[in-house]
Amino acid sequence: MRNESAAIAIKATNLLRRFGDFVAVNGVSFEVAKGEVFGLLGPNGAGKSTIVKLLCGLLMPSGGTARVGGFDVSTQSDLAWMQIGYMSQRFSLYDDLTVEENLGFFSGIYDIPAAKRRNRMDWAIEIAGLSEHRRTLAADLAAGFKRRLALGCALMHEPMIVFLDEPTSGVDPISRRQFWDLIYELAGAGTTVFVTTHYMDEAEYCHRLALVYRGELIACGSPGSLKRDIVRDTVIEVVCDRPASALTVVQNTPGVNEAGVFGNTIHALTLEPAVVTPLLRARLVEQGFPPLKLGPTKPSLEDVFVSLIWHRDRDRPADNASQ
Amino acid sequence: MSLLRLIAIARKELLHVVRDPRSLAMAIGMPMLMLLLFGYALTLDVDRVPIAVLDRSNSVLSRELISRFAGCRYFSVRLHASDYDELEKAIDKREVWMAVVLPEDFARRLDSGRNTTVQLVMDGSDANAATIALDYAEAVCDNFSERMLFEALERKGRSWLQPPIDLRARAWFNEAMKSRHFLVPGLIAVIMMILSALLTSLTVAREWERGTMERLIATPVRGSELLLGKLTPYFCIGMLDVALAVGLGEFVFKVPLRGNVLLVFGVAAVFLIGTPWLGLLISIVAKNQLMANQLAMVVTFVPSFLLSGLMFSISNMPWALQVVTYLVPARYFVSVMRGIYLKGLGVRMLGLEILLLAIFAALVAILANAAFRRKL
Repeated sequence: MRNESAAIAIKATNLLRRFGDFVAVNGVSFEVAKGEVFGLLGPNGAGKSTIVKLLCGLLMPSGGTARVGGFDVSTQSDLAWMQIGYMSQRFSLYDDLTVEENLGFFSGIYDIPAAKRRNRMDWAIEIAGLSEHRRTLAADLAAGFKRRLALGCALMHEPMIVFLDEPTSGVDPISRRQFWDLIYELAGAGTTVFVTTHYMDEAEYCHRLALVYRGELIACGSPGSLKRDIVRDTVIEVVCDRPASALTVVQNTPGVNEAGVFGNTIHALTLEPAVVTPLLRARLVEQGFPPLKLGPTKPSLEDVFVSLIWHRDRDRPADNASQ
Repeated sequence: MSLLRLIAIARKELLHVVRDPRSLAMAIGMPMLMLLLFGYALTLDVDRVPIAVLDRSNSVLSRELISRFAGCRYFSVRLHASDYDELEKAIDKREVWMAVVLPEDFARRLDSGRNTTVQLVMDGSDANAATIALDYAEAVCDNFSERMLFEALERKGRSWLQPPIDLRARAWFNEAMKSRHFLVPGLIAVIMMILSALLTSLTVAREWERGTMERLIATPVRGSELLLGKLTPYFCIGMLDVALAVGLGEFVFKVPLRGNVLLVFGVAAVFLIGTPWLGLLISIVAKNQLMANQLAMVVTFVPSFLLSGLMFSISNMPWALQVVTYLVPARYFVSVMRGIYLKGLGVRMLGLEILLLAIFAALVAILANAAFRRKL
């Protein structure tokens, strides 16, 4: 029992948060193991940031509990705050301070002794790739560098657990890639990384994922198991000319729950592949989009998400009306 | 309470001020400018009142009275009018504030041992100045009458007469009776009040607005550390301003400092702990910079100028307003500063006021800490 709880970095139990009548987070429970890269995936407004803020003790839960690093965030927040590094979605460093001054400020805030401070700052500047910008004002940094500086600040005190809220939004693809290299490096060194994103490709990088939709956790597992075990629909891949135009035909075919363009192919989700496949072929031929290829394929993470949301909305139409 | 955290926050806050030319100008330039501006412009002295004379008697005696007006430092004769129209125009244009009219039979009546009248026409629109000028004019005329009386008695054979009462007025503390000596020490107090509250009123609100507060909450920093750290640089700036203001008072305004300079700084320190706390409290309550700024203006500027006793004597206010002045911390600081500057008072005489300033500081500090929430 002791070993089990010691291996758990974050534990949310029936976490609930209301803003007036609006339920932003609705009874969310999950566990994150130490050293794991755990992703929270969901559309904008799903409640990802609210969950992070609850876990970081920025917001008080309306119900349920959150334990981070073994401490209850609501009642032992001081102890929890020593364990965590937090990088908010919005750039929240001091624009009028230089890179070094920002890092120095956070090392002071975390009570890092002077003897160790130089080391930590050099390390943070090194991992953030900011050695040429030590004396640059934060305001003058490019978006990608700002993000990395924010990460550096969040890591100054060598936290056990890092929360990164949309760390790569507004950052170019190469910087994003480098950012994820850094995240892996941290995880490799034993740090637990909790990251939110709405990029599907980034979600694939996570060890485990939780899908959030309308404040609820609709699935949780590794990207592989989500694609394998969770999806009720079969994904039919359609390859044809002008896929964007053919999409309407696919969407209007009875038995197709949801369809979308995926690269230069169309993915159609259905519960009855045996019935839908021939029907789809006939319709496409009839409408002038003869398929070059048509058959079942492995679902992408996006398919998984789309499928889960479709079923959730169908099973609970009342939610739609209330929103 | 961690010293490292305090230093980190104080250092950061100081950098904000140093990096922003506007706040730097506000911190150092504004108090100096205000002191110079108010120190020169705000004078309650009525000196060299411009007057016109209409001498219809045109005699030796009438000219003597006029020369008495001209000769004293309170009046300056700007116009020798030849008729009422001219007088009226000069008063309308406010070239003169007052006119002295001597009647045609002025000398004749005096020579024949009868009394006569002198007309004073005043511009009453500035009631304060008019009242003071009238007092001066009365004094000049009384003096003249007295002289006339004695001369008449002398002529009747009574040699050398002494007036029964020889009034020897001596104004203590402000011998020259310069209102500047009275105003400058009070001004230093009021300016410090406004400035330190105004500067700090932005700091907490700014962190909320820029989202940095969100970042700070998720760290082990305590509310009290954050607030105290923020206060420290503003306290130091305030003390620097006091030093500059005392220097201005000494060398530019030449206001005598009779008490202990160290006491001035000591009391200023007590005061400058309280006022930034007030600014922080405002900043916490307002949560956005614009609102905080305006709130700070209303809470500090107006009461400090009007209700501190700086310009308007508190004992002349209606009693309800007098009660309110006890809530204005600048009131105590103004009276302490005047006490030290003009009367050279020490701690023993000013103890109560200093204690009240300390209570004010403790009270706002407690309120600010209680009001500060570390939650979104």
